[in-house]
Amino acid sequence: MKLVKRLGEAGNSNSKSKGDCHVKIEVKEAEGIDFVLNSKVKVFYASSIEQLCRSVLVFFNIKNALVEINDNGALPYVLAARIEAAVKAIMQTDKDFLLDLIPENNYQSTKRHFRLSRLYLPGNTPYMMLNAGIHQPNAIILDLEDSVSIQKKDEARILVRNALRSQNFYGVERMVRINQGQRGVEDLSYLIPHNVHLILIPKCETVDGVLLVEKEIARLKERHAIVHDIYLMPIIESALGVENAFEIASSSLNIAAMAIGLEDYTADIGVQRSEGAIESLYARMRIVNACNAANIQPIDSVFSDVADMEALALNVKRSKELGFQGMGCIHPRQISVIHENFAPDKKEIEKAKKIILAFDEAERNKIAVVSIGSKMIDPPVVKRQLKILELAIEMKLVPVNWRDCDEA
Amino acid sequence: MKHRMVENAIGRFVPTEINGEKVMPFMGVGNYMPSGRKYNASISSSVSFPSDGNKQVKSLKGALIKAGLSDGMVISTHHHFRDGDLIANLVFDIAHELGVKGLVWFPSASFPCHQHLIKYLEDGTISRIEGSMNGPLGRFCSEGKMNGVAVLRSHGGRYQAIQDGEVNIDIAIIGAACADSFGNANGLRGNSASGLLGFALADSQYADKVIVLTDNMIRFPCIPWQIQGNFVDYTVEIEQIGIPERIVSGTTQITKSPDRLFIAELTAKFCDEVGIITEGFSFQAGAGGTSLAIAEYFAQIMRRKGVKARFARGGSNKYLVQMLEEGIVEYILDGQTFDLEGVRSMRENSNHVWTSPFTSYNYHGKGNFAGMVDVAILGATEVDVDFNANVVTHSDGYLLHGIGGWQNCLFSKTVILPIPLFRNRIPVVRDRVTTLCGPGELIDVIVTERGIAINPLRKDLLEKIKETDLPIKTIDELKEEAEMICGKMDSIQLSDEIVAAIKWVDGTLIDVVRKVKA
Repeated sequence: MKLVKRLGEAGNSNSKSKGDCHVKIEVKEAEGIDFVLNSKVKVFYASSIEQLCRSVLVFFNIKNALVEINDNGALPYVLAARIEAAVKAIMQTDKDFLLDLIPENNYQSTKRHFRLSRLYLPGNTPYMMLNAGIHQPNAIILDLEDSVSIQKKDEARILVRNALRSQNFYGVERMVRINQGQRGVEDLSYLIPHNVHLILIPKCETVDGVLLVEKEIARLKERHAIVHDIYLMPIIESALGVENAFEIASSSLNIAAMAIGLEDYTADIGVQRSEGAIESLYARMRIVNACNAANIQPIDSVFSDVADMEALALNVKRSKELGFQGMGCIHPRQISVIHENFAPDKKEIEKAKKIILAFDEAERNKIAVVSIGSKMIDPPVVKRQLKILELAIEMKLVPVNWRDCDEA
Repeated sequence: MKHRMVENAIGRFVPTEINGEKVMPFMGVGNYMPSGRKYNASISSSVSFPSDGNKQVKSLKGALIKAGLSDGMVISTHHHFRDGDLIANLVFDIAHELGVKGLVWFPSASFPCHQHLIKYLEDGTISRIEGSMNGPLGRFCSEGKMNGVAVLRSHGGRYQAIQDGEVNIDIAIIGAACADSFGNANGLRGNSASGLLGFALADSQYADKVIVLTDNMIRFPCIPWQIQGNFVDYTVEIEQIGIPERIVSGTTQITKSPDRLFIAELTAKFCDEVGIITEGFSFQAGAGGTSLAIAEYFAQIMRRKGVKARFARGGSNKYLVQMLEEGIVEYILDGQTFDLEGVRSMRENSNHVWTSPFTSYNYHGKGNFAGMVDVAILGATEVDVDFNANVVTHSDGYLLHGIGGWQNCLFSKTVILPIPLFRNRIPVVRDRVTTLCGPGELIDVIVTERGIAINPLRKDLLEKIKETDLPIKTIDELKEEAEMICGKMDSIQLSDEIVAAIKWVDGTLIDVVRKVKA
């Protein structure tokens, strides 16, 4: 471990940083650890905060320092992340201070997991992570990219890593959006060993972008003896990315979905986003087509007006019509609107049931061709109807035993 | 000062005397039976009052001198003007100017605007406050800086204490947005419109001297007379009695917090699934952002099911008024008015009925309305594993909130506390609440963002939720979950010194607040 400077700081402490803290560590020549704590919850947690802080300092072999913590009710994993980030601003070290992975976080995802909604959470804002899981999006995205300022990138990685280990997200899929390029590749060592389910690759323009990330994930998996799958979701945000969509979508078996990011895409092609989104129609249709060709999920961009639920609903309906199978959201209130409007409607459900029952009957009678009346049904159609019913069951619109119920 | 302490029926050690007067320890809900006769005001004679009905005095100072303001008196004010109140500060400015000492201030509640009075608590003009305190005064009291012990009562408890003679008000000052020179008054018209004046009703009926203060004196008769001039000694007109924008909030809004909305939606869903929201039901919800959201979710459910509520208990606000005007609520029985839409509705709609702590909450009457409400949605700072709840102090012991009608509303048929599981890393569900304001046997359901706990005493509710997919947990599970997230808290050390007493609705002592250690 090499000391690079004497003073390190990390975290946030102001009236808007509820659930966060700011840590300042100044290394001294002697006299041990001096500890100054300003905290709203000092009367309840002073000793445990000091104990945690001393544990981190011992771990990094810091014996003499003045530590000042301004705390606004940060949870232990946030405090630990901020202290570690302040230490890492002082010294170069490969060590990581890891809290236990809570048992509630020990679950996996699947490639075909429904991803109707995925909630973006800024990677350096712990307060927003706190209750994200209770709103039950299909996934949460801890974001290390656009929502984190360049000065805070290093500390955000540590916070996101600790959140993956200690923050209960109540069973939702755990995604992280890494940074672009080499910084994004470096982010992975803070994520892959900590049960992340899916990595979003921003501003993906070529197959190389995917392969670079995939290679590093493979290396880290081997190093940490991780056997479960870690999925990828490239985000297409440029004209070049759109043109390369199918190659990107089919570049790895680990890709579960591909998303389009319209803010950057419209900037790239030099147009304003409009209400009807006509300017991005080609790009979105191309993404949908590429994803279906590669047998992965096409995911639409976020809708940024968090106050207008009617406009969001309309946007989701349009998105569904185009063939998207989900979209990002930036506020928990958007989740239910997205779910409701992506959900199969009654007509779709009835049609799906009819086709599946016809398929069952054909199988029972060992008839190779599925037909309803005089109309022949192709295998891909059956497959699609199965998918609709799966989603309807997942959303509790149809009981699992719908066949029994319908027959009754 | 050393107190003789006894353990009351809910396991709290309380003194047998407060401010030199004997107090009865809490004996359990419904176990204390009062005897004797009600206290009443001294007999007056019309001979002592002007035959033309004009009781107007030129200044408040003149009225206070005429009323005999002197050392040690009990002075009451009311809180309809909330944080826009100018009256209490003015009264004690005058008392200070006259050199009067040792007054007891008996407000129906106090607000941050009354921080002005701290200097009078320090110089001895005021010896103590008997009333709920919000913010700075509560902090002052918690730090042991007040001479006497504060006494906190619910709205109904305050009426009971006056009526039973437990508190004798020497001078009551009643601020009214509209009054005539005889003393008839209401809060419905004028710059300082506050809607109701119900919290001043007992003061008007029982105080030795009653002064009505207004900034809108109109010709007799002031109709409707929420306060009757026949109880009033003096009337005074001054330029301004309140700051309108801080009296009623024109911007009372449903919360935008996704977490609070989540709790509100879950609360409404619970009420629907256990069968509370049915034709002719009744409810009470407060005016906070979460409560407003709950009322709005109730409205959505009522519209969907095509059912109406017979009545809603206010705090009225624009959302409740919309429900009244839409016809999904038949009556608002209003205890206080939170916004200008509430004031308008009360003025215009005969189904928007003004009530008082006597009708709604008084425990020493022949019944009250509180028990008729099907569901009351209330807040709390803490709840313990026995469902006891705290509404006045934070977990660090600081007295920062009033009781309001909270204790009285616990008598509703189903009492629900929608609360976050923790606030700022401080778990809300505790082993033992810091200050006990409401016995757990009266609290039925805790709704948090991470699950709903039902009091085991409510076997009927436990039965009804069996067929639902509601996230039901035990209260111990909620506590454990909070501690798992936040960490185990160190217990706080409070001083032995008692700074405030919490009265139960029947006048017995349910708990005390102790001085916080610096």
